[in-house]
Amino acid sequence: MFDLYGRGWQMLEGGLVTVQLCLTVLPFMIILGLLGASAKLSRYKALRIIGESYTVIIRGIPELLVILLIYFGGTIAIQNLAELIGGEAVRVDIPAFWSGVAALALVQGAFASEVFRAAMQSIPLGQIEAATACGMTPTQIFIRIKLPQLWRFALPGLNNLFQVLIKDTALISVVGVEEVLRKAAVGAGTEKAPFTFYLVAMAMFLAFTTVSLFVFNRLEKRASRGIARA
Amino acid sequence: MRIGQARNNKNFQQGTFYLDMSTNIPALKVEGMFKSFGEHEVLKGIDLTANTGDVISIIGSSGSGKSTFLRCINLLETPNSGAVHVHGELIKMRELKDGSQEPADKKQLQRIRTKLAMVFQSFNLWSHLTILENVIEAPVHVLGIPKKEAIERADALLHKVGMYERRDYYPGHISGGQQQRAAIARALAIEPEVLLFDEPTSALDPELVGEVLHVMTGLAEEGRTMLVVTHEMGFAKGVSSHVMYLHQGRVEEFGAPKEIFENPKSERMKQFLQRDF
Ligand SMILES: Nc1ncnc2c1ncn2[C@@H]1O[C@H](COP(=O)(O)OP(=O)(O)OP(=O)(O)O)[C@@H](O)[C@H]1O
Ligand SMILES: [Mg+2]
Repeated sequence: MFDLYGRGWQMLEGGLVTVQLCLTVLPFMIILGLLGASAKLSRYKALRIIGESYTVIIRGIPELLVILLIYFGGTIAIQNLAELIGGEAVRVDIPAFWSGVAALALVQGAFASEVFRAAMQSIPLGQIEAATACGMTPTQIFIRIKLPQLWRFALPGLNNLFQVLIKDTALISVVGVEEVLRKAAVGAGTEKAPFTFYLVAMAMFLAFTTVSLFVFNRLEKRASRGIARA
Repeated sequence: MRIGQARNNKNFQQGTFYLDMSTNIPALKVEGMFKSFGEHEVLKGIDLTANTGDVISIIGSSGSGKSTFLRCINLLETPNSGAVHVHGELIKMRELKDGSQEPADKKQLQRIRTKLAMVFQSFNLWSHLTILENVIEAPVHVLGIPKKEAIERADALLHKVGMYERRDYYPGHISGGQQQRAAIARALAIEPEVLLFDEPTSALDPELVGEVLHVMTGLAEEGRTMLVVTHEMGFAKGVSSHVMYLHQGRVEEFGAPKEIFENPKSERMKQFLQRDF
């Protein structure tokens, strides 16, 4: 591989961080999405309001702002909280990586909750009734009937969201996380070769999104096993 | 018989009584069932006793409350008032502040529901599971029967409904008639006391109706207790032991099919029978 002014390794390390970011955010995004969707479809009005506001608020503000808010605001909030509990001034630093994960999970979770809500509503009511009628508990129905079908309806949407997530990790570079774009920017500045470095960054993102697309397509095929091929 | 034994053991473990067919406790008894949707009173005090082996056809025009009645029995809808006894056991209800009621004991309800299997108009097979998986789902996960045994029993049932060859198909890949036969096997798999059918053939193409009615006739001959909401007058006349005619949420006529069809007492029943099905 060409050594990129001796920074080839640096770029690969950045790639690894990007991948780590994506894979760490994914489960949180799914959990937040499921919780958000359940809240939106809840019997209780208070929960529905919380669920809806979550999406409305997140949708209405730039992702970058969420990242900055969590990175700077989060630090202060935790410090204040620690002071409140401990009674003395403490200095806490949220690692940039984790504040980035939190911010992206929060943002993507809001969108995922829309995907999951639609997916839950796509499951035919009759199948839920059939499960109820043979004595399954609501938890069993959720795990054994709804969840497996949820994937089928949600995967196309999640596929999309994961693409966006991969690209959004680039935003985390603003708080100094050494992911692909940050490494590229540093390389571009120091070596005075912006075009080369950004081109490499681009190729790397394209590689990630392509792999993700491939994996999701496979998953979608699997999940729609047995569904009528209309 | 193997299946019967397993059922016995299961009930024994759960500490419920296993009542022999010869006892005269009705398999199902419904008393004074009322149900309203908002202002609209759909069931206006329905009573029904089904003894073991009874096959009761429930007929009536569209909107008369047939489906609602069936769904109130297994509490897919909550009746406003009324009592349901399944083999002598009352489904416990509790009154809410606003005068409506709700099931008082979720565990009991879930247990009783396993004694009331339902077959739906639109089959409602679980589309992510194969036919075999559909049939063993409740036995394994609700009744706690070991998977191997559940599969043996499922295979026997699938043979019975003529679906054994299709056991590894997904519901989306088979015809409506086949789906409904599989759904009947699924209902039988929990060894219910009573089978509830809600227009099991209404969603089928005419040429597929026969195969499903054939399976149902077989079940009736076996001595299963069945409540069948149907527009198939041939089945009501020829197979059922009793016919219940519902009109606007009331039982307008109840009796042996011969009486009802040859000698309807009420004008409405006469009119109903003159219509084309
Ligand atoms: N969930 C519901 N909410 C409001 N009204 C309902 C609901 N379910 C049924 N109804 C009303 O109750 C009445 C009886 O409905 P039901 O489905 O029991 O009739 P049915 O006798 O089964 O008719 P069909 O032969 O068309 O199936 C109808 O007027 C229907 O509109
Ligand atoms: Mg109906």
